[in-house]
Amino acid sequence: MSPLTVADLRKSYGKNIVVAGIDFSLKPGECFGLLGPNGAGKTTTLRCCLGLTQADSGTIRLAGEPIPQRAREARMKIGVVPQFDNLDPDFSAAENLLIYGKYFGLEKSAIKRKIPLLLEFAGLAGKENAPIRSLSGGMKRRLTLARALVNDPELLILDEPTTGLDPQARHLIWDRLKRLLSQGKTILLTTHFMDEAERLCHRLAIMDSGRLIAEGSPRDLIREQIEPQVVEIYGEDAPAWAKREAIDHSKRIEVSGETAFCYTNDATELLRLAANNSNLRTLHRLANLEDVFIKLTGRELRD
Amino acid sequence: MLLPKLSLRAFAIWQRNFLVWRKLAVPSLLGNLADPMIYLFGLGYGLGNLLPAQSALGGTTYLMFLASGTVCASTMNAASFEALYSAFSRMHVQKTWESIMNAPIALDDIVAGEMLWAASKATLSGCAILLIVALLGMIASPLALWALPVIFLTGLCFAALGLIVTALAPSYDFFMYYFTLVVTPMMMLCGVFFPTEQLPALVQTIAAELPLSHSIALARPLLLGKLPTDIFHHVFALIAIAALAFTIAINLARRRLLS
Repeated sequence: MSPLTVADLRKSYGKNIVVAGIDFSLKPGECFGLLGPNGAGKTTTLRCCLGLTQADSGTIRLAGEPIPQRAREARMKIGVVPQFDNLDPDFSAAENLLIYGKYFGLEKSAIKRKIPLLLEFAGLAGKENAPIRSLSGGMKRRLTLARALVNDPELLILDEPTTGLDPQARHLIWDRLKRLLSQGKTILLTTHFMDEAERLCHRLAIMDSGRLIAEGSPRDLIREQIEPQVVEIYGEDAPAWAKREAIDHSKRIEVSGETAFCYTNDATELLRLAANNSNLRTLHRLANLEDVFIKLTGRELRD
Repeated sequence: MLLPKLSLRAFAIWQRNFLVWRKLAVPSLLGNLADPMIYLFGLGYGLGNLLPAQSALGGTTYLMFLASGTVCASTMNAASFEALYSAFSRMHVQKTWESIMNAPIALDDIVAGEMLWAASKATLSGCAILLIVALLGMIASPLALWALPVIFLTGLCFAALGLIVTALAPSYDFFMYYFTLVVTPMMMLCGVFFPTEQLPALVQTIAAELPLSHSIALARPLLLGKLPTDIFHHVFALIAIAALAFTIAINLARRRLLS
C-alpha cells in the first residue's frame, strides 16, 4: 500500500492558484523529493496532505486514511518535521519528547523508555535536561527529527529539513535520514537544495507554479531533461563570446551575469575554442540536477 | 459557522500547560494573589471605614461586599490574561499550536484545551482569594462552597471570550483594547466595588447582562450565606456566553490557522 497518494489536488487562495492539479504517489521505503522554487506550492501541498489545509478538490490518502476526513488517524502513523523549528521552549529536550509523545496518546512509561534512544539517534545524548534555547540550530533540527520519531511512524514528512543549517549539520541530518531509510521508513521531503535531493531521493518531482513539471529518479531526470555536459564560461565578455562563438558547438546556452552555461553532448570543440581566448575561464563538468531544475523553472529570482 | 468537534485529546493540551505552570507554580500563584489583595485590603479598609451607614450594601460591611467582587473580578482577570497573553504566545510566537497540530490533535481540541486550562488557572486564583477571605473570617456559612462552581464557570466564560480576541490579534498590543474596552469597564459596571444600583437605570439594565454581573449575582449572596435569586437565569447566561464565545473562538482560530 502506498504511504501517500495524491490525485488531482487543487488549492487556490482567491485568484491565486497555489496548487493547480497535481498527482503523485509514494512507494513504501523510498525517499520522494518535492523540489521547487520558493512559492511553488510545496508547503501548501504538504499542509493539504496532513489535513491542515482544506484542498479545493482532489483526493488524498495518507497512511491508508482518507484526508481530511480521517486526518487525525492518519497523523497517528506519520512523523512531521516542519520547515521552522517549533520545539516547545517551555520544556527541556527530553521533556519535549515526552510531551510530544503524550499528544499521540502514548503511555508516559513507554515514552520514557524511548527517550534515551531518540536522543542518541539525534546525537543529543547527555542533553536531556538542556533548555531548548541553549541548543544550536543543528541540534534543534535533530531534536525536531527525534520528536517526529516518537510514535515510530511509517512515513516521515520533512519540509526543507536542512534550510538554514551549516554544512556539518546538514551532513549529519542526511546521515540520519539515510539510516531511517535503511530501517525501511518512507520519506517525503521538500527542498530547494539540489545536492540534498540528488543525495537522498530515489525519486523526485519538480514543482513550479503549483504544477509538477517533471518526475523521475535524479539520474533519469538528468538523462532525459538535459544535455550530458556543461561548459561554464566566465569572464566579462563571456556572454557575448558564447553567443558569437560557442553557439555552433552548444545545444543550448544560458546566461547569468558574467557566466555563460553551454549545454552540449560533446564539449571538445568548445573547450578548444575557449582556450584560445585568454579573457575566458572555463569549467567543464557533467550536467547535474541543478541544471535540470534551472532549465525547467527558469533563472529569474523567485520571492 | 461550524460547531466544535472535540475529543479527549484536549486534555493533553491542558496537561502540557499544567506541566509548564508547575515549574513556576508558587511565584505564579503569588503574582495572581498580590493584585486582588491590594485592592481588597486597600479599598476594603481604607475606603470601607469612611463609609457611614451601609444600608446600600444589604446590611454587610464594605470589606465583605468587596470580597465577593474581588473573587469574581480576579477570576475574570486570571482567565483573560491566560487566554490572551499566554495562549497568544503559544499560538503565534512559539508556534506550539502548530507543532501540536502535526500530532493527531485537531485545532478544536487545542482551543478547548486552552479554554479549560485558562479556566482552571483562573479557578485556582479565585479559590486562593476565597481561602484567604475565609481564613480572615469573612465567610458566613458553608454555602460559600457553592462559589467554587461559580468561579469555574466564570473562568470558562472569560477564557472563551479571551480566545476570541487571541484568534483575532495581530500582536500583543491588540490586547490593550480588550482590557480597556471590555475588562476594565466590567470591573466598574458589574458591582465589584459598589452596588450597581448607583448607576443610571439604562446602564444598570445593560450591565446586568454582562458576564461578570451574572457571576457576582451568584457569588455575592453565597459568600454572605444567602441563596442567590434567579440562580438558573445566571447559570444559564454564563453557560450560554461560554458556549457561544467558544464556538466563535474556534471558528476564528480555524480561519486563522487552517486556511
